[in-house]
Amino acid sequence: MKLINEEGLRIDGRKFNELRPIRIEVGVLNRADGSAYIEWGGNKVLVAVYGPREAFPKHTQNPSRAIVNARYNMAAFSVDERKRPGPDRRAVEISKVIGEALECAVFTEQFPRTSIDVYIEVLQADAGTRIAGITAASVALVDAGIPMKDMVVGCAAGKIDGKVVLDLNKEEDNFGQADLPMAIIPRTQEIVLLQMDGNMTRDELEQAVELSKKAAMYISDLQKEALLAKYKSQEQEKEGERGE
Amino acid sequence: MSAVSKSADEIVYGLKREYLEKICTEGSRIDGRKFDEMRPVIVNTNFVPRAQGSAEVRLGDSRVLVGIKIEQGEPFQDTPNSGILTTNAELLPMASPTFESGPPSEDAIELARVVDRGIRESKMIDLDKLVIKEGEKVWVVFIDMHILDYDGNLIDACSLGAVAALLEAKVPASKIGAEDFPLPINHVPITTTFAKIGSTMLADPNLEEEEVESARLSVATNENGDVVAMQKGMGGSITNEELFSAVDTSIKLGKDIRKRVLGK
Repeated sequence: MKLINEEGLRIDGRKFNELRPIRIEVGVLNRADGSAYIEWGGNKVLVAVYGPREAFPKHTQNPSRAIVNARYNMAAFSVDERKRPGPDRRAVEISKVIGEALECAVFTEQFPRTSIDVYIEVLQADAGTRIAGITAASVALVDAGIPMKDMVVGCAAGKIDGKVVLDLNKEEDNFGQADLPMAIIPRTQEIVLLQMDGNMTRDELEQAVELSKKAAMYISDLQKEALLAKYKSQEQEKEGERGE
Repeated sequence: MSAVSKSADEIVYGLKREYLEKICTEGSRIDGRKFDEMRPVIVNTNFVPRAQGSAEVRLGDSRVLVGIKIEQGEPFQDTPNSGILTTNAELLPMASPTFESGPPSEDAIELARVVDRGIRESKMIDLDKLVIKEGEKVWVVFIDMHILDYDGNLIDACSLGAVAALLEAKVPASKIGAEDFPLPINHVPITTTFAKIGSTMLADPNLEEEEVESARLSVATNENGDVVAMQKGMGGSITNEELFSAVDTSIKLGKDIRKRVLGK
């Protein structure tokens, strides 16, 4: 399958360094302490944050800091073939690396013995669900008022038809040669999530990291705009009330 | 008294971490190794002749046993013309006081998946040559990894054990009236893991180093020096420089192990 045409465009018409459309919404759930919804290409991911709250079961409590518990879950209907509900081994691994990555940014030492629970529900999957999930999760953490160094941003690069490109879609992920999901803390440029599968030379790897890091700065702005949009609309509501 | 009381364990942990970070800044490690030096490694193949392939690996004082079983099975619907590879890790309670019996822990699942990724993504085994009858019957390669003694860096010990065992594994085709044949091998991936302590990346961390690492990075490379899989672990971060210094060391160590230990 040919993934890049003569004009250098990808099957969905993107250039090598172009992201799919991303839309983030904040405060989309009522009960959760914080929440966010992200659409990233065909991905639709909903995130809720609860906590800091007393960690349970008790033996999981850390006397000097909070634990960040992420649960990545795919809906049965989110993929072509129905996925059997409940965590499989892939979901356990993804939950683990997302939790660890978010932990890098959260000031966990401020909340000993608690857990900060991050529930990530993939409603529709289109490659890159873990990075869409972690991007929305950081926004939901802010919405929950949890102190952090900065919002973690997820982004992926990969290799298709021998070329390094940004943000693989499903076909590109299936038929491409490599995928490199990453998450960074924009302010410090630290890498907090990094996985890779496929085949890349060292130079290609460097290009891929560079592409992702650049895109992450743009996605970081989208996160901030989404938060701002929520608080602006709250202000307008208040003004409306005062006007009455 | 401070608001948060500390247990004796935590105090010892803090002291250990400080000490290991300090000696790293002075250029040394707790067991005297260089930053990019692995512990002595011994690979003992055909340890379990009843398996189709096996290898016992001692990496320093860590010890794992990998067995390969190859059986007939149905192919996955989306890959009817391809054999199946499946990887499982058992953190046996005998290996460490911190391992418990019961269903596989997060750590065991991650370990199995990281080892699997290195082998699968390198295309080590030519799975297309493991078809018995298209769409109906294929060979299933089971990699089972038993952790016998835990002194750190199970990812590298298990990866090496799995690769060594696969290299000598035979497909039991005599069971279906053909001749046994060696597993079709295309590549030899090697995975190397680093612990970040302070701002130093230490190759092949032992248990003491692993206990105080802030982040962990595993890099799998093939014989061309390409990177085929990576995994960052733990709640700490790494910088670009740390990432690429680990990648470079990994390429170098991979070459060495491939030649010195596996004779490839």
